[in-house]
Amino acid sequence: MGAPVRTIAAADWRADFPALNQSVHGQPLVYLDSAASAQQPGAVIDAVARYQREDHANVHRGVHTLSQRATEAYEGARDKVREFINAGSRTEVVLTSGTTEAINLVAQSFCRPRLAPGDKILITHLEHHANIVPWQLVCEQTGAELVVAPINDKGEVELDRMLELIDDKVFLIGIAHVANALGTVCPLDEVIEQARQRGIPVLVDGAQGVPHLDVDVQALGCDFYAFSGHKMFGPTGTGVLYGREELLESMPPWQGGGDMILEVSFEKTIYNELPYKFEAGTPNISGVVGLGAAIDYLQAIGMANIASYEQELHDYMVAELQKVEGIRLIGEARHKASAQSFLLDDIHSHDLGTILDHQGVAIRTGHHCAMPLMQRFGLSGTARASLAFYNNRDDVDRLVAALGKAKEIFA
Amino acid sequence: MTATARDMQDLYRELVLDHSRNPRHFGRLEDATHTADGINPLCGDKLRLYLRVDDAGNIESSSFEGSGCAISVASASLLTDAVTGLPVEQARRCCATVAERLAGDESAELASNLEKLRALDGVRQYPSRIKCATLAWHALRSALNHDAVPATTE
Ligand SMILES: Cc1ncc(COP(=O)(O)O)c(C=O)c1O
Repeated sequence: MGAPVRTIAAADWRADFPALNQSVHGQPLVYLDSAASAQQPGAVIDAVARYQREDHANVHRGVHTLSQRATEAYEGARDKVREFINAGSRTEVVLTSGTTEAINLVAQSFCRPRLAPGDKILITHLEHHANIVPWQLVCEQTGAELVVAPINDKGEVELDRMLELIDDKVFLIGIAHVANALGTVCPLDEVIEQARQRGIPVLVDGAQGVPHLDVDVQALGCDFYAFSGHKMFGPTGTGVLYGREELLESMPPWQGGGDMILEVSFEKTIYNELPYKFEAGTPNISGVVGLGAAIDYLQAIGMANIASYEQELHDYMVAELQKVEGIRLIGEARHKASAQSFLLDDIHSHDLGTILDHQGVAIRTGHHCAMPLMQRFGLSGTARASLAFYNNRDDVDRLVAALGKAKEIFA
Repeated sequence: MTATARDMQDLYRELVLDHSRNPRHFGRLEDATHTADGINPLCGDKLRLYLRVDDAGNIESSSFEGSGCAISVASASLLTDAVTGLPVEQARRCCATVAERLAGDESAELASNLEKLRALDGVRQYPSRIKCATLAWHALRSALNHDAVPATTE
């Protein structure tokens, strides 16, 4: 908040992303699908390549030079993650393959051994399948119940209803920081405060939070925070589970193998300390190196700067879309980040996606891995444009012009 | 005309747009002898196909309901036009021919009742959309086989 906003044009950032500098179907690419996966800056691509060329070896197990370099690079990235989200300690940063694995880890290691029939897991109607299905699985395994907090027609969590649902039978709350399909920023402060009063742990699905907002897990006060490297301009196959140390300590490992042990005998295995207890097997070392480079890159710009730049661009996009005749915006929450879902006339979102692609404009179409949310709105899918800080007003203008073409074709 | 507009008109030919806007045989068929659901898990589109097959093994009537993109609705609509009146065995063969043709096999000659399906040829340029065009045909095959599980494009 206090940080000065850099008065730099987005064009300067855009040039850092090689993939954005290309034509698709003969037109300069307009990439509006960062919520599905973000592009990587040259700094990330180069860091991964340099690591592969010069430093690669296995981590945590060699005395030789390359292994030490690889370990330093890998563990150095963990330190960067810690600082980036302001975790209290590096032991609270578990590196995973993504948000999905992080949430499954909590469901299986934290919840499964403790859940009893009658207990509840509380989520919202806005969630991505990754924050629904792992809870359904553990509920099936334990006889617990999945409870869903409702949302209103604007796509906002009905906070009063959600707070009412937080009773003593709730074992854990899972909630998105930012909803991927609608861009809604969820009322984390209120939910976490109420949960804390009752001692209920909260897992935040931060897959769409971290790329757009300045995240401080201690200030948020959540117990778990999960996110993916590839949505924050890093490589695929990387992700993070932040967990409060006390909780992580109390959890059994969820996968067994190398790296997660101190000592193995056939009678008894002693598990490694945090966070290695949860990192069985050779990790995605080069990916994590790239994740570290992505964090360096983002820190240099400053997440507060990114958030305020994107907010203004998002407002511009909404205003411009609203001018398009026949548009129906899905998701009109007061607090939004990055994404806007919409429908145009009665054109199916898939047809819209193809027509826009033909004009070089990449958007996501379909159910956005949030089928219950789509059902809530009586839709099978939407078109979704999602912004990152490398987008600019020209991109929005191109989107709007492309929608005009779609109207012509389907006129 | 720009290249974009031309390409797009190749995909969204008049006949496709017409069938998607005004699908033929749309709705439930009350005395159906065969039904099947087709699901495209990628986009969540769903359609249900109904057939009434008479004792002689001819498809007396057919219909479909559900929602989908212009390509999948047009394909379903064209399907019901094409198979109504056909012996079951011939309809089965149509499923195979259409699938081959949409997959890009030019030698898969369309019988006269399938002539109109040429309108869907444009889809071959769009690998991600071929499934939209084949969905109804997958459903036709499972309806004829009395499959219990919905047909999917995956
Ligand atoms: C809100 C949200 N949660 C979870 C996920 C799953 O992330 P991943 O597939 O990287 O594990 C996504 C990705 O689309 C998401 O947007």
